Amino acid sequence: MTIDISQFHQVFFEESFEGLEIMESGLLNMDPGEVDAEEINAIFRAAHSIKGGSATFGFNDIAAFTHIMETLLDEMRDGRRQVTDKALEVLLRSVDVLREMLTASNGSGGLDEGLVKGQLQELEAVLNDRSDEPASGSDSDAGAVSTAREVIGWHLVFRPLPRMMQTGNDPLRILRELASLGDMEVEGDISLLPVFAQFDPEECYLSWNIHLKAGVDRLQIDEVFDWVEDECDLAVIPLYADARELIAAGEPAKDIIADLPSTMTVAEEPNRPDRRKNSDRRKADRRVEQRRASAAPASSSIRVDITKIDALINMVGELVITQSMLSMLSGNFHMGQVDRLRDGLAQLERHTREMQESVMQIRMLPISFTFSRFPRLVHDLSTQMGKKIELRMSGENTEVDKTVIEKIGDPLVHLVRNSLDHGIEMPDQRVAAGKPETGVVELNAFHNGGSIVIEIRDDGKGLDSDRIRRKAIEKGLIEESAKMSDQQLHELIFQPGFSTADKVNDLSGRGVGMDVVRRNINELGGNIEIESESGRGSAIIIRLPLTLAILDGQIISVGDEIYIVPLISIIESLQVRPDGINLVAGRGEVFKLRDEYLPVVRLHEVFGIEGNRAQDLKDGLLVVVEGDGRRCGILVDDLIGQQQVVIKSLEANYGRVEGVSGATILGDGSVALILDIPGIMRLTNQLPELQLVKRTA
Amino acid sequence: MPVQNEHRQATAESLTAGSRNEYLTFSLGDEDYGVDILRVREIRGWEAVTRIPNSPLYVKGVLNLRGTIVPVFDLRLRIGMPMRAYTKGTVVVVLRIVGSDGDRNIGIVVDDVSDVLSMDMAGIQRVPDFGSRLNTEFIFGMVSAGKKMIMILDVDRLAPDHGNGGSSCVRPGRNVNEEIS
Repeated sequence: MTIDISQFHQVFFEESFEGLEIMESGLLNMDPGEVDAEEINAIFRAAHSIKGGSATFGFNDIAAFTHIMETLLDEMRDGRRQVTDKALEVLLRSVDVLREMLTASNGSGGLDEGLVKGQLQELEAVLNDRSDEPASGSDSDAGAVSTAREVIGWHLVFRPLPRMMQTGNDPLRILRELASLGDMEVEGDISLLPVFAQFDPEECYLSWNIHLKAGVDRLQIDEVFDWVEDECDLAVIPLYADARELIAAGEPAKDIIADLPSTMTVAEEPNRPDRRKNSDRRKADRRVEQRRASAAPASSSIRVDITKIDALINMVGELVITQSMLSMLSGNFHMGQVDRLRDGLAQLERHTREMQESVMQIRMLPISFTFSRFPRLVHDLSTQMGKKIELRMSGENTEVDKTVIEKIGDPLVHLVRNSLDHGIEMPDQRVAAGKPETGVVELNAFHNGGSIVIEIRDDGKGLDSDRIRRKAIEKGLIEESAKMSDQQLHELIFQPGFSTADKVNDLSGRGVGMDVVRRNINELGGNIEIESESGRGSAIIIRLPLTLAILDGQIISVGDEIYIVPLISIIESLQVRPDGINLVAGRGEVFKLRDEYLPVVRLHEVFGIEGNRAQDLKDGLLVVVEGDGRRCGILVDDLIGQQQVVIKSLEANYGRVEGVSGATILGDGSVALILDIPGIMRLTNQLPELQLVKRTA
Repeated sequence: MPVQNEHRQATAESLTAGSRNEYLTFSLGDEDYGVDILRVREIRGWEAVTRIPNSPLYVKGVLNLRGTIVPVFDLRLRIGMPMRAYTKGTVVVVLRIVGSDGDRNIGIVVDDVSDVLSMDMAGIQRVPDFGSRLNTEFIFGMVSAGKKMIMILDVDRLAPDHGNGGSSCVRPGRNVNEEIS
């Protein structure tokens, strides 16, 4: 049977990366010296899945690496090893290495072999360091692959659970595979066979004692049992050169199992199952599941919480009931029933709205998925920089659109790094400034009106307006004589190529500037603001639309036509005085908005609209918009109102239209097009000169 | 386009089988046209649509078909007939068309919807070649029903090229197909 398992690779990588997240956050939550069974179980489980998966898909390096991490975790879990700061640190670093190995296997990015080797040595060093072992610790040589003693063979006790064959696993296949590893002796155990009349052909009653006479790698054996791990009781005992007598003595297998330290393959006695451990693990499993439900893989699929689906189904049920009520009413309608009709319609409206909301909910994921990386980031960077920093997060459960989750990560990392690097001062400087030694970085997310707000606040030194000013003059961004408010100066940090960092280090000055952050956020339909007070700290405030399927729009009219301008790109709307208009080279119109000259875009010319009222600039309104970092004033007849609109695709049935980003349906059922501001600016530049000449003539 | 070929092939097969297909027929002036009834999604009266800026003249605009945005083409202009003012009888036929990138919906404006006719596929004839005088690429075949000759439309050819509303190469403020009208 050949199945192309490469088709499952993507799922494996997705799950593995999720597993890494779980491991990382779990490790960060753990306190040295204290074993939280749930936490460590969750970490162990995650490592275990990664190992199993990687072995299945043939990523043996990853499996081997994870195996050693797992051994360490297992010892911690069983209390045979104390949780030390050092061990946690090494594990955390191993998670990083593992992530790199996975990324490399996924085909993106090379792998530093030396790094992996070094980390392996470090892990093994921790593993072999027995100094912190509790006195009662049993001999756990068997658990460690890295042991120096030569393995000459393996003793396996393989006891399938009765249901194993129902899951399509054939013990014979496993035995054959084992046989391919080397010479072996198999001893069947038929003691559990029932009388013939009670024989169920779908159940497995046999078990086996296997002596594999080959010093193969432990991993090879594990690989054979990969598929049946949860379907059998399995003990794997290494045989060493000096332990031959163990086999010779023919010690009953049961005793061997009882004596075994818990190795990576779980050796549980079927007769006396360890209930507590089981339930712990189940809990951990469930938590992993919950985490997964909320985690967003970077593919286009989405995992939806079943409760959200249930809510939706309920809503549809309600809708059906309302609909049948209404159609019954219409069957023999008379004027006396007008009130009931009105009620029914109101109900219908309510259900429809609720349903729309719950459908939107499906795309929503808690922002904790993005936030979860920051404890680690702050932990690492603060150690590296020698600063004392506390990270406070709130609103992790605020739900945002899946696309936002995917795209907001990098900008946020950049901003938090900035806060750590430029914001928070060194401990001695803080004390000198009369502030507590430990700096605080806050990460908040909350809903405000129709948008999501993400704030990054620090109590550091704030932006240095003078330095920004000097830098801006140096770079030629502003005139030396320019008078600017602090707020305007702070805005300058979003200009491309602006960095006040005096020296380039690992954290800053790597070419990813605030302008990129702003652009990313603008792409999501959001905007970014900065508040800063010298000496007191600064705050970056990001506002994002609740969902990308709905936008806040300004409805405008030109002639008989109605268009929507995304509110987020509007800076202001104004009426210009005729003397405020200037011509460039006799053709291009510009108007002065405070310190800036902005081009005028006549929408009726760009879109070929007839019957517009505002032939003259003074008759219409200028909507000042920004797109792709450029500004212009769009001439429209009138502003009609603001409204949230649902974005519909024009491309699905028609095609792309330059200057239009999509369409929406207005309250009266008619279609209105949504303007694409950068597209309109491009169109304007292509306008045939003829029209411009005509206007000025 | 492979899909269209399949479609043509399928029709050719049914030609030999002598099966009967149902066609929705409508008129453009004195001429009668038909479309495969299975491609018709909806027939609605003409209502004002939202104009798409800088689009070819035959694109009347877009309408809201229960939440999806559907482009509406004037069939007369699309196949090169002179424009006629819309009346109360003017109808929009919403069709499902099959393209290489999946199904799409379009609306076509026709003068009047006549009838649904069941026609013998064997009776469909190829359109004679008019050379460059006349573009017959939208017409799949002709069939006679009683005294009338009905032209069967190849609906999949009515939409402009995929992925672009036929407008991206159009300069702003002008309509390309002005010369046609």
